[in-house]
Amino acid sequence: MKTLWRFAENQIGRLWLGVVYLFLYIPLFFLIVFSFNSTRQDGVFTGFSLRWYEALLADSRLVEGFFLSLKVALITGTLSVVLGSFAAFVLVRYLRFTGRTLFYGMVNAPLVMPEVIIGLSLLLLMVAVQRTVGWPDRGFITIVTGHTLLGMAYATVVIQSRLSEMDRSLEEAAMDLGCRPMQVFFLVTLPNIAPALVSAWLLTFTLSFDDVVISEFLSGPGVTTLPQVIFSYARRGVNPSIYAAATILIAVVSLGIITYSISVMRRQKRLDREISAAARPEQSFPDPARAR
Amino acid sequence: MKIPSWLQFNPGRRFVIGVPYVWLLLFFVLPFLILLRISVTDMGSGVDPFAPLIESVSGSWHVLLRYGNYVSIFHDAGQGAASGWGNTIYMEAYKTSLKYALLTTASCLVIGYPFAYFIARSRPSIRPALLMLVMLPFWTSFLLRVYAWKGILADQGVLNNLLMALGIIDEPVVMLYTNVSMLVGMTYVYCPFMILPLYANLVKMDFRLLEAAHDLGASAWKAFWLVTVPLSKSGIIAGSMLVFIPSVGEFVIPSLLGGAENIMIGRVVWDEMFSSNNWPRAAALSVVMILLILVPLAFYYRANSDRGDGRER
Amino acid sequence: MNLPASPGDGYLRTDQLVKRFDGVAAVDDVSLSIQKGEIFALLGSSGCGKSTLLRMLAGFEKPTSGSVILDGVDIASFPPYERPINMMFQSYALFPHLNIWDNIAFGLKREGMPKAEIEARVQEMLKLVQLEAFAKRKPHQLSGGQQQRVALARSLAKKPQLLLLDEPLGALDKKLRERTQFELVNILESVGVTCVMVTHDQEEAMAMASRIAVMSHGRVLQVGTPKEIYEHPNCRFVADFIGNVNLMEGELTLDEADRCEVTTGHGVVHVGHGISGTRGMSVAIAVRPEKIHISKTRPDVTVNLFNGKVREIAYFGSYNTFIVDMTGEGGHSRTIKITETNTTRHESSVITWDDPVFFWWDDAAPVVLTQ
Repeated sequence: MKTLWRFAENQIGRLWLGVVYLFLYIPLFFLIVFSFNSTRQDGVFTGFSLRWYEALLADSRLVEGFFLSLKVALITGTLSVVLGSFAAFVLVRYLRFTGRTLFYGMVNAPLVMPEVIIGLSLLLLMVAVQRTVGWPDRGFITIVTGHTLLGMAYATVVIQSRLSEMDRSLEEAAMDLGCRPMQVFFLVTLPNIAPALVSAWLLTFTLSFDDVVISEFLSGPGVTTLPQVIFSYARRGVNPSIYAAATILIAVVSLGIITYSISVMRRQKRLDREISAAARPEQSFPDPARAR
Repeated sequence: MKIPSWLQFNPGRRFVIGVPYVWLLLFFVLPFLILLRISVTDMGSGVDPFAPLIESVSGSWHVLLRYGNYVSIFHDAGQGAASGWGNTIYMEAYKTSLKYALLTTASCLVIGYPFAYFIARSRPSIRPALLMLVMLPFWTSFLLRVYAWKGILADQGVLNNLLMALGIIDEPVVMLYTNVSMLVGMTYVYCPFMILPLYANLVKMDFRLLEAAHDLGASAWKAFWLVTVPLSKSGIIAGSMLVFIPSVGEFVIPSLLGGAENIMIGRVVWDEMFSSNNWPRAAALSVVMILLILVPLAFYYRANSDRGDGRER
Repeated sequence: MNLPASPGDGYLRTDQLVKRFDGVAAVDDVSLSIQKGEIFALLGSSGCGKSTLLRMLAGFEKPTSGSVILDGVDIASFPPYERPINMMFQSYALFPHLNIWDNIAFGLKREGMPKAEIEARVQEMLKLVQLEAFAKRKPHQLSGGQQQRVALARSLAKKPQLLLLDEPLGALDKKLRERTQFELVNILESVGVTCVMVTHDQEEAMAMASRIAVMSHGRVLQVGTPKEIYEHPNCRFVADFIGNVNLMEGELTLDEADRCEVTTGHGVVHVGHGISGTRGMSVAIAVRPEKIHISKTRPDVTVNLFNGKVREIAYFGSYNTFIVDMTGEGGHSRTIKITETNTTRHESSVITWDDPVFFWWDDAAPVVLTQ
């Protein structure tokens, strides 16, 4: 009876997984296929053409938006990881201090808050500041601030997870061997959490590059990010150069993820091989007399 | 883990706590306070919303709080048939938002739970690949993927043409700008947020408990409901909150895929902000939105409780 | 009950060391005196405070009160990186991102040693633990035993004045542990470093340490050589913690210079020395199982002779264990554990279950415990 259920589970499982994966990937296939469509129509594939790619490169708004988004995302990513590291460190290492619950709440809230609320409240803040101090004008800096607020929450989650798994005795060993606290951080802690820092950076970069709502609230005249441009096109109708942009993005991302996954799997296999090779029959301590 | 006592009053520690704390206070808490403050001013009276709330009138201090915005959310002062308390367009928008947030959460759960379950039960060697395939669309722009659904579901779009070509329908079915298209879009975008916490929870589960249940005579179906589901409770709650709470204020998807009869509150706030330029009212609408999601937020925090070392339960 | 520190001597001394967490004392007024070059063990079950004490020596915990004096210097307020002390961690704590050579050289680089000297010292350490061939490998490429050797080499590299060992054999399996015990001691003695080790395994402590401190609830109950602790425990806890023991409660009925008698519920126990106590005080008699003789036939002995019925027998190859029910006055019964080594291979007079037996011991065997 158990095996029958297991078999049924396997079949249902495969079916369900297949259908849902299809659902997840349909839009991607659509984007790729129709980016090569020779006409504007969405419903029919009339022929192969690269015109939309040409149109894409010629569209100055899209191109400018791209470079702006790139700049914003680069800075956001870096800033988020720095702030996120601090926050993760605080959450994992400093177990008791006044206001810890509030801190925990604040760090986690942007993860779930509707972006409209975040965008609006930040905008009001920026305006209030601008009225009192005369700075900043809405634009690059305000967008980066908004994105970083969101990014920091994600970065904290990623880094904190790795940090809490790390063996604490490594840091104690470093101190025991003569490292001052700052040295411990740079020589031992940082190398150990480096992978988490990289994933946090990539995650926040992507989030920032993709953000619409916060950018809309916080941008100013002449400062338009790529998603903002795409969004304004989208509301007006179909523009297949967007499909071309999408296809390029999908290609880049897929390549990145697949190479990364393969390298991780390869490294893991090598690690496993080395560990099992090392577990040969145990030898105990040598006789020091023989060592002389 | 104990911290060595000599490390405790280290100035470095204050710095490390201080930097993110101050940042969050400045850019998260302070904006909310301003939001609250602006929501009790009144645009219409010509007073600058940023003007001081407290003023001195013939020697005594008065606090100028205008609740007009909040009132207008719940009370329609017009002459039409729908005037009076309740039934304002704003309340409609809140109801619609809550409705779609609930529907989205439900459909994500229905689709996502078995999905996460089957991945958790699959062979460990293919799990990383399966997960990678789930994450890949997430890393490509969500805006573009929603945009794609526009093309797919349009009257002249792929789906309609396909159905007509197969002879299933004679005329294009209106799918875009309807409840259906919006729900499809929301579910599509939020599914990974449901799947990942569920998977994280299910993969840690000891499946021998299920075998023990079988041993004790439970049928597979019963075992699933009596053992698996209760054990994955915190994953279900975490995933549901991760979908529900942002969905309430979702703006992009309703704008691109929703119709005129299902305006959500995110859109309303946007319009008040950028079309009507009525900042105070937009602020008030946001405050009410926050109040609406306070209870789900509490659930979310409880499911991901702070165990004291930053780890989740 | 703590021992007063021996005045003045002691390369490492703790003076009335106390550590409280939230009002609960994990280490409660501990004063120890450890000689230069000896291997000193802190022995006790989990929660007794031994690890906290070790961490205070290392500098990872700050004492609530009391001092730690190493070679005349009070180091209690020094952070770990300023102490001439190194520790071998239970989990080894080898830096996974560095290879073996860099792991061992890590501490040397921190103190600014010239490159050539570092080279020489690391080589010396690798030779000591015979891992020269593995210098370029990373920790995950080594077996558990090899990792332990690296951890030891790393902790000895700076030639510390004191070496701390946290459950040194805890992570090894039983067979390896037995072999490693002696060889680890050999290395430590050849280097001549003063060691303090922490363990919950009494066999480990007895095999490796020159002196042991038995701890419970944050206090040191007894300090002595393995033999002293085993043969002359000073309280019921220590008697029971180390090895096996039979404890009988009773009253001191006779106390003279060269002998005393204790009346228990099962008879009178004659002890071959006096204890300078008061008549009528309640004491406990402790007799180790291997010091009790057992036989089916009545022996030619007048004192310390008891009888009972065999309840359980276990055959362990090199020795037997008998659990004997001993009836006493007023119907009290209790069980006595007796072990007997199998020195001969004869079958005659084999004792089995339910046999009535006699058992007795020499008057030098019992220990009288007042605590």
